[in-house]
Amino acid sequence: MTVTPDTSAAAPTPRSLLDFQGWSRAQLESLFETSKMMQEVLARPVKKVPALTGFTVATVFFEASTRTRLSFELAARRMSADVLSFSAATSSISKGETYKDTLLTLDAMGVDAYVIRVDAAGVCHQAERWLGKPIINAGDGWRAHPTQALLDAFTLLEALGSLEGKKIAIVGDILHSRVARSNAELLPRLGAEVVACGPATLLPGTLPGVQLSTDLKTGLTDADAVMVLRLQNERMDKGLLPSLPEYIAGYQVTQERLDWAKPGAPLLHPGPMNRDVELEGPLADSSRSLVERQVANGQAIRMAVLYHLLVGKKPRGES
Amino acid sequence: MNGELLIQHVRLVDSRGEHGTADVLIGQGRILSLEGGDARRHIDASGLILSPGFCDPHAHLREPGQEVKEDLTSGLTAAARGGYSDVVSMPNTLPPVDRAEGVAALKEKAARIGQARLHPAAALTQGQEGKRLTEARLLAEAGAVLLTDDGRTNEDAGVLALGMQYAASWGLTVSVHAEDAGLRRGGVMNEGGVSFRLGLPGNSVYAESARIARDLEIVRYVLAQLGGRGPQAKALLHVQHLSSARGLELIRQAKAEGLPVTCEVGPHHLTLSEERLESLDPLYKVAPPLRTPADAEALIQGLLDGSIDCIGTDHAPHTQDEKELDLLRAPFGIPNLEVGWPLLYTELVLKRDFPLPVLLERFTDGPRRVLGFEAIWLEAGAEASLVLWNPDQERPVEPQRFASKAKFSPWAGWKLRGWPVLTLVEGRAVFEGLEQPA
Amino acid sequence: MEANPKFKSQLLSADEVRRALTRIAHEVVERNKGTQGLCFVGIHTRGITLARRLVEIIRSFEGVTPPMGILDITLYRDDLSEIGLQPKVRETRIPFDLHGKAVVLVDDVLFTGRTARAALDALIDQGRPSRIYLAVLVDRGHRELPIRADFVGKNLPTSKTEVVKVHTLEDDGEDSVELWEH
Repeated sequence: MTVTPDTSAAAPTPRSLLDFQGWSRAQLESLFETSKMMQEVLARPVKKVPALTGFTVATVFFEASTRTRLSFELAARRMSADVLSFSAATSSISKGETYKDTLLTLDAMGVDAYVIRVDAAGVCHQAERWLGKPIINAGDGWRAHPTQALLDAFTLLEALGSLEGKKIAIVGDILHSRVARSNAELLPRLGAEVVACGPATLLPGTLPGVQLSTDLKTGLTDADAVMVLRLQNERMDKGLLPSLPEYIAGYQVTQERLDWAKPGAPLLHPGPMNRDVELEGPLADSSRSLVERQVANGQAIRMAVLYHLLVGKKPRGES
Repeated sequence: MNGELLIQHVRLVDSRGEHGTADVLIGQGRILSLEGGDARRHIDASGLILSPGFCDPHAHLREPGQEVKEDLTSGLTAAARGGYSDVVSMPNTLPPVDRAEGVAALKEKAARIGQARLHPAAALTQGQEGKRLTEARLLAEAGAVLLTDDGRTNEDAGVLALGMQYAASWGLTVSVHAEDAGLRRGGVMNEGGVSFRLGLPGNSVYAESARIARDLEIVRYVLAQLGGRGPQAKALLHVQHLSSARGLELIRQAKAEGLPVTCEVGPHHLTLSEERLESLDPLYKVAPPLRTPADAEALIQGLLDGSIDCIGTDHAPHTQDEKELDLLRAPFGIPNLEVGWPLLYTELVLKRDFPLPVLLERFTDGPRRVLGFEAIWLEAGAEASLVLWNPDQERPVEPQRFASKAKFSPWAGWKLRGWPVLTLVEGRAVFEGLEQPA
Repeated sequence: MEANPKFKSQLLSADEVRRALTRIAHEVVERNKGTQGLCFVGIHTRGITLARRLVEIIRSFEGVTPPMGILDITLYRDDLSEIGLQPKVRETRIPFDLHGKAVVLVDDVLFTGRTARAALDALIDQGRPSRIYLAVLVDRGHRELPIRADFVGKNLPTSKTEVVKVHTLEDDGEDSVELWEH
């Protein structure tokens, strides 16, 4: 069997996926291509391949997120990697052991790559400096959640064919959203026009490559797809929003408001969803919702990311 | 004439300008002569510059209570190495320095240590809680040189007004960390395009300027209340670590109007800007935050035209572990005492033609004027608190060699000139880094 | 990797390929003592074509069509790091239960044995056959693993720098086996 090396993504893959800095469009498209391959594996009766045998992937969740952690761990296991799972409430960390201590302790167990979720922006960058190993950012504070954006983009590509010239509306708390920030970084690179809208107190002053609006109608009009973000109750406690009914009145995505978008424009939500808060309940279960596709694609995307970051390296940290 | 130390062939530069080359004879804690003489020790200082010792109106030396970060010995040694003969310590210690006994104890201990001289600032309010005023008169008697609740912000305008009004009677200036707590919220960096993109909580320029505007109004109010009573030699208000063009503009206007206010700027706000946070390294987390390059540019202009009175290092040491926490939890601050002068000499004088005497003024006379100290000039009879420094030899910043316990620096690896080689306090060498002692 | 490969000679003509496959088909049925429990699994890409041919030949003389599956072994390879980052994973579809079956694994060329090793792993992940045979059109030697073929169309001694190219009517427009020099 003759295999021709693929040169479309010839530049070396970045060591880590901290955000999309350093990832070229060709490399991102190569990731999507690999994700399609992983979908093929996931369609098999036995959804497991030995591609990462011998590698150990640590999932380190300083901030709780069972769904994301499980998705990464299953992805790693389906590639036959060993999984070391660490999760701690931030409170126990702040009592003594620092993130650095925790990571160095895990590293002593022989880890090849880390999946890190944390409440503070930048910890994944720090971890890469401390450990010198591939880090996959599974969400750092308000900053980035690149695999979520990848699976969103992949799901949109499936639904829309291409993102070139497509208008994608992101609705909700943009200021505090790593999902919004990562999508704002990724989608325009794939040719999409991104409009982010939400209450004035939950919008950043600027976001490169993204049009910001406080008017939901402006955001949704002629949108090819609508991404709805989760509203955290904390925003009311911090005084950034007067009340839940006030938010719903202005920004809930309803059947009626969805008519401003293009006919049949699909709906995405990163989960977990507050039904009847950011999204009208029945819409979540309607045929327009791609939420289940997003979850399924999350598997393929995370397998592809692990594959791209680890294949070609030797297990146990050598590179 | 007989002295203890003769510094030969040395260039003299102070805030008044260049004074050529001289042989400086030092004895009995004073400059005895600029024309040589006999001394027990001679130093050939060819190629070196002698200047008045630096004075830092703003350093956190952490004692008592946080000696793990810094203590008087390490902090004052760091100051001496940085060319400082005089340092003002901030009172936000554990517990805060809010009683005369605390001030006296610090001064006594510092004198025993015998490095740079210590001038404690004391708390404006008891426990720095922003409620009841401290005993300004007793504190002044014990040697406190400023009153400040630095480390916190003065949220109660009424308390600040009373404090300023009362402190003025005893010749004490109130110095403030001018940031509005409500506006800065939980900001860890400058609010703007970079913070929005990085997803970090921002702290707006307007948190600083709004507070400065309020405090200037309080100065006007206090002036009216005082009705011309009380000593007016010193300012009523000293604004610490100015960080923004907007804040500077307000102070410039106030000074033009004749308001008795002074202010300082830190080496970091003159040489670094918010883009540094792109590295997501808490090393660059300082309060107030690094602003835009335009802000740094405006501050350099302010330093030049005298709107800014002096350099305050805001030396703020922390442990390495603390500084390696994440950006939300890592403490604000960096150790600056050992890099301040070479940094600004290199970045401003050598790279931008900033006049050397003016920069020296902001390290020497400027801070002394703010504190009500006498200026030190290079002339016979002057106090021999001096610094000898090398304008040519280039050396990288090596934080691991700091005397400060905080062995990290945003300028690590920067190649600088202007390193002090000898620091004298009243004629006594508190730091010697001469390569070839004569 | 492929710096101007040069054609050297034709190793098998279309007729020779046809005869070799016919012989393999007969040997398989003979070895298995009939078509009971017999099935074929082709390895992407030409192994699939060859497996289809073998099934068709058996149908023509036995009147029975053995079931057939296809196998992708990409993520089972032990040289993933050398094939570039973009894995070309294709369908694996084995539309019958492997349990207790006699499986004939079909590939075009047996060389180092690494593809066959990967295929065995991939196959065993899918179920537990009672027996696995390996059938190849060409065995060119240079084994790196203790693997041998049960059915071989033609043994062809080659040098390591040579390339054996198998063409099929379905994939390439003609049946032939050629020797090329790197």
